[in-house]
Amino acid sequence: MLYIDSIVRGIVIDHIKPGYGFSIFKYLGLDKADFTVALIMNAPSRKYGRKDLIKIENNIDLDLTMLGFIDPNITVNIIEDEKIVEKINLSLPEKVEGIIQCKNPRCITSTERSIIHRFILIDKDKGIYKCEYCDQIYSWEG
Amino acid sequence: MTEIRHLLDPQDFSVEELEKLFSLAEKIIEGEEKFRNVCDGKILATLFYEPSTRTRFSFEAAMLRLGGRVIGFSEPGSSSVMKGESIPDTIRTVGSYVDIIAMRHPKEGAPRYASYYSPVPLINAGDGGHQHPTQTLTDLFTIRQTKGQFSNLTIGLCGDLKFGRTVHSLIKAMSRYENIKFILISPDELKVPDYIKTEILDRNSIEYLEVERLEEVIHYLDILYMTRVQKERFFNEADYIRLKDSYILDKEKLKLAKKDLAILHPLPRVNEISYEVDNDPRAKYFQQVKYGMYARMALILKLLGVM
Repeated sequence: MLYIDSIVRGIVIDHIKPGYGFSIFKYLGLDKADFTVALIMNAPSRKYGRKDLIKIENNIDLDLTMLGFIDPNITVNIIEDEKIVEKINLSLPEKVEGIIQCKNPRCITSTERSIIHRFILIDKDKGIYKCEYCDQIYSWEG
Repeated sequence: MTEIRHLLDPQDFSVEELEKLFSLAEKIIEGEEKFRNVCDGKILATLFYEPSTRTRFSFEAAMLRLGGRVIGFSEPGSSSVMKGESIPDTIRTVGSYVDIIAMRHPKEGAPRYASYYSPVPLINAGDGGHQHPTQTLTDLFTIRQTKGQFSNLTIGLCGDLKFGRTVHSLIKAMSRYENIKFILISPDELKVPDYIKTEILDRNSIEYLEVERLEEVIHYLDILYMTRVQKERFFNEADYIRLKDSYILDKEKLKLAKKDLAILHPLPRVNEISYEVDNDPRAKYFQQVKYGMYARMALILKLLGVM
């Protein structure tokens, strides 16, 4: 097993669905970080078999809505003095703004310049959202 | 300050609120002279980003009959919209001049977006193929006035049930009442979308039947809601020829129907109701147009807080 040092103070984003770690890493801008970061892919997981995880040796602001939308099974661990001081379980956000685009060409979002694309969660179990304006369905699982 | 109330979706009003609205509309019919000046000094803007003479006239006649005045445009070519003005800017500007807005737009969700910026009540007068709540009010008010109730009715919906937004809205709206049955009459290609069946009919345990021919079921119906079947919606010519006459209501088919059937149509019609049916007392579609205006009068009064 690959060994990576535990961190003293920072954040561990755990239980990322395998394959999603890199896009979250990029989304958080960690590819440009000037502090210690580690992206671990396909690590063994008792819960899911395999998982990705990200270790960040720094306290950065995380957009939990966005992370929850990418993968609601993610766990965010806040580390102080090498110990987990807070464990945040994410879930699908009730509302997502400016993250996904409505694909309906007849939707008002396709023509208005400064409109913010906004989706509302309508089915938590199936991860189904609808466009607030035209009701177009967006399924989280694609 | 009370929150501004808009009408964007047919479901925005509860069953109780609808009943209040319809009793007001009924009061207007019974004594129109009492309402002639109730909107004195008020202005309605009709912002029609696509032409719809019928709906615009209905709104304008409604406001004029209440003693109010009307400004607006009937196509975007004659307005600042052509210069590239955004919806928020147009709505904030117009909202500074008027007391209430009726907006029609080809893009879905445009009235909802506009409502976020509107300083006055805003009515969705149709947004593309999405919603047309005042048509639903019209349909419901016509059912109430002709049948005297919303419960215990068998409603036949005939024609294009796939693309017809008025049909979808009417199913949703009527599903809130007791003991409603639907008979869905359409060619296979134009059947009601699955989500209407699963999320509205099945979820509310509403009985429904899907058939291809009107003459097989017309005798069951208390209400027959006709819509237009367009040739271009069919996948092949043979099916169109085979089925096209099944979706035309004529005297022959009407002979099989109940004596107190109410025939509704959102209009305009092409050939789906023969002209010979117009004089039958069961034909309610022109009364429906008038009921639409009264429903809009009541709606304007409610949203303005006048009544």
